[in-house]
Order: sequence, then structure tokens, then C-alpha cells
Amino acid sequence: MQFALLIYESQEAFASRKSDDSYTGAWRAYHKAIVEAGIFVGGDPLELPETGTTIRIRDGNRRVQDGPYADAKEQLGGFTILELPSLDEALQWAARCPAASYGAVEVRPLAPKTKQRIVE
Amino acid sequence: MSEVEDDVSRTVERVARESYGRLVAYLSVHTRDLAGAEDALSEALVKALTTWPRDGMPQNPEAWLLTTARHSLIDFFRHQDVASASESDLLLFGRKTSETPMETDYPDERLKLLFVCAHPSIDPTMHTPLMLQAVLGLDAVRIGGAFLVSPKTMGQRLVRAKTKIRDGGIRFEVPEKSQLPQRLDAVLEAIYATFGIGWDDLVGADQRGRGLAEEAIWLARVLLQLMPNEPEIQGLLALMLHCEARRPARRAPDGRYIPLSEQDPRLWSSSLMEEAEQLLAEASTHKKPGRFQLEAAIQSVHAERRHTGRIEWTVISQFYEQLSRMGPNIGCRTAYAAALGESDQVEHGLEVLNAIDMKEVVSYQPYWAVRAHLLQRIGRTADASKAYDQAIGLSEDPSIRAFLLKKKE
Repeated sequence: MQFALLIYESQEAFASRKSDDSYTGAWRAYHKAIVEAGIFVGGDPLELPETGTTIRIRDGNRRVQDGPYADAKEQLGGFTILELPSLDEALQWAARCPAASYGAVEVRPLAPKTKQRIVE
Repeated sequence: MSEVEDDVSRTVERVARESYGRLVAYLSVHTRDLAGAEDALSEALVKALTTWPRDGMPQNPEAWLLTTARHSLIDFFRHQDVASASESDLLLFGRKTSETPMETDYPDERLKLLFVCAHPSIDPTMHTPLMLQAVLGLDAVRIGGAFLVSPKTMGQRLVRAKTKIRDGGIRFEVPEKSQLPQRLDAVLEAIYATFGIGWDDLVGADQRGRGLAEEAIWLARVLLQLMPNEPEIQGLLALMLHCEARRPARRAPDGRYIPLSEQDPRLWSSSLMEEAEQLLAEASTHKKPGRFQLEAAIQSVHAERRHTGRIEWTVISQFYEQLSRMGPNIGCRTAYAAALGESDQVEHGLEVLNAIDMKEVVSYQPYWAVRAHLLQRIGRTADASKAYDQAIGLSEDPSIRAFLLKKKE
């Protein structure tokens, strides 16, 4: 089963990406641990929320908005996809994710059946 | 909230905490219906919150709760199909009720309840959650948090386990002598899992179950009160008290993690440590050594540092060697390797680690923390750095992560 770990981070966490060695060190170690455990499927960090552009089309009108989709204190900062037997294991790995202790990690199963209907 | 209501809700809370397990045990011992007993009791607790401020507090709040809960249980049985198996339960309950309309003294059946929760036919991973719920009254949200399981899933698993207890012919009884050691072991394991430490002499300690430590100590005290002549219960309680005694020394004021060997012994609770020592001394008079007595003895060696200023690592590694002969598990072997490292037998320590199957430890944080430390000690910096990364990546606690990152430098 595949699970997405959605990483939510605060403005301060985004700011510490470049400057703080412990931020990078913690993430590097976590990445190595999931690769070593043989569960890493994919994933990437995202650029800062303010680099996002959100688009909606309503009644034939295009609306373009600078910044992320939702105005929240913690923003999506990246995602990791893991292959694991069950939600229990996914939660174990989410707890080890550095963001769990300074932001939040949402665990969501991928939807392979929906995908199958789409790609058929 | 008015003053009276405030007072009442505090009393309800206190009675619930002190009597919950006793009431659930007594209400379920004949019906084997844990869920029914819990529902009836929580109904009674809700009723108490509305009735007591209005009519005044009953003289014996516990007896009031028992009588009220029992009435709602009887109502429940009456509404059920009489042809069902609960008919005999109803008869049993009905008869008992008329005999003692408002009992102030009733038998303590918690021991049976503890043995039921850790019954061999119930999934071992559910032993501890069942105890936390049935004996202590914790809800699925809190239990799920402690075990890193979603509250919904935990709730469903608890329901399944209770159904099995009710319908699976599991008897509410204290096991007979021949089975007792094994069955008691399962109960002790479940209590120890609640405590969730066992690791605090090593880097990567106490990651989980914090906040439940007090509950675990409470459970062990209850168990000891009910079975005063079992030295392993004393051993378990001593072990937990030793670890609990060091809690104030485990973090620096800024939240930094401090490993056991660097803790300031003046911050340890000497009253808890003395109680632990006394229990251990009493346990040893039975001349029936066991796993928990040994583990407590190891903590007792650490505690000695508050008098002697030094840690007898050789003694500790001997204890761990004895422990790993009793039933080798990766936790014990890792701790043994760490102790060897501290008594200047780093190479030997690494051999112990190398002998463990890699599949067992690939995601086991303490193994990597100890491995990294030992490799660093003999100057294998590159290998140490890899092991540190693995340990850091597997850590949940940010202060431990920070501690390891610093050591890696």
C-alpha cells in the first residue's frame, strides 16, 4: 500500500531551510532511513508557499491568485510517498519525520483504484 | 460552572480514577461483557454529574455509582432477547442485586480483569490498550496517541477484543498455579509497555508512552497489592520507580536531552529510588530471580552513582549478559553492547551488535545510536557517521535528534 506523507511547515521552518544545519541534517538522516528501510517511493520538497500561483475558472472567467491555495499558518512544504503494509507502519514513519515535531504530517493513502479508472 | 458543580465534577473525577477498574471488573466478572460494563459505568458517571449537585453528594459515591451502573445493566439485559445467552447473566445479576441492594463493600475483581486483558488468546498488541481502557478508563483517542494508531482504528480494535472476550469463552479467573508464571508475565509485559521506557540508559530513550508512566506505576501497585508474593511484580515496580525517579534530570531547562550517564544525580528523586531499593530487597528474599528484577538491579547500579559518583559498567554488562541469556531480544542485546562499550570493551560490544540479524534492527533506533557511538569511540568516523544518520532518521524526539546531530559532528 502506498501512503503520501504531506508535510506542513510554518513560515519559520521555511525560513530555516537555507540557514539551519540541523534542519538539513535531520531531513537528510530521515531520507536515508526511509531509503535504507526500502520503503521510499518518491517525493520532493516544494518551493516556498509565496512562490505558488493558484488558478480557478468560474463562469468562464479565469481567476489567478498569487500565493498558495489556502491562507493558513502552516503550508504544504513537500511530500513523500512510502510503500508500507498498513496505516500503522505509516504512522510510525510519520512520527519520525522531522516535520512532525515542528509542523504537522498528514498521512493519506494514495487512491490506486481511482487512478486505474482515470488512466484506463 | 458553579462552586457545587465544580466540587462535584472533581469528586466524580477522583472516584472515576480510583474506582473505575474496580467497578468495571466487578460489573463484568459474571457477564464477561466489558463494553457493557464500561457503558453502564459511564452512564452512571454522567448521571452523577447532574444528580449530585441537585440532591447532594451521596455518602458513598462509589457504591452509588455501582448501584446506578448495575441498574442500567439490568435494564439493558431486559431489553435484549430473553432467549439469548444473557438470560443466565440477568438471573445472576438479578439475584445478586436483591441480595445486596446498596453494597458498600464488594470484592475487588481487578486481578481477574488484568489477566483477562492479557489473555493468550487475545492479540498481544492489544493487551496494553485493553488494560488502559478497562482498568484505567482511558479513551481510544489517548490510547491511540500513545501507540501511534489512529483513534478510529484503536476504537475498532478495542471493540473487537472485547467481543472476543465476551463471546470467546475467555474466563474471568486467576490462572491456576501451573499457568501462573506465563500468564503473569503477559500482564507484567503489558504494564511495562505502558511505561514505555526501558531504554533510558541509552541514547534514543523514552520516545513513546510519555505521560502513561504514572498509569503504569499505578497498575503495578494495584497488581502488587493483589499478589504481594510475586517478586517479579516487585521487580517491575522497582524498575519503573527507578526510571521515574530520574525524570526531572532527563532534560536540561532548555529542553536539551541529557543521557543517563551525564545526568545530575542531585535532581533524581531519592524517595522514589529508596522505595525501588526496598522493593528490590524484598523481591530478592524470594530467591526467584527474573527478568524484571534483573532490569531493576541494573537501574539500581545506576542509582548508586548518587552516593559513589561513579557507574559500575562492568557490573551492568554482567547483568545484561545474564538478561540476554534469559531470552535474547534486540533491546537487551543492544543495551548489553552499550554497557560493554562503556566498560572499555568496544570491540566486544560491536561483535554483539554484528551478531544481530540486520532485518531485525534496520528500523530500530537504539541499535543505530549505540552502533554509532561505539564506532566513533574507535575512530571509525565514516561508519559512525552513517550509523548516526540512521539513528537520527529514526528518532521521533527532536531533542534526541539534536543530541545525535551534535555527537555526529
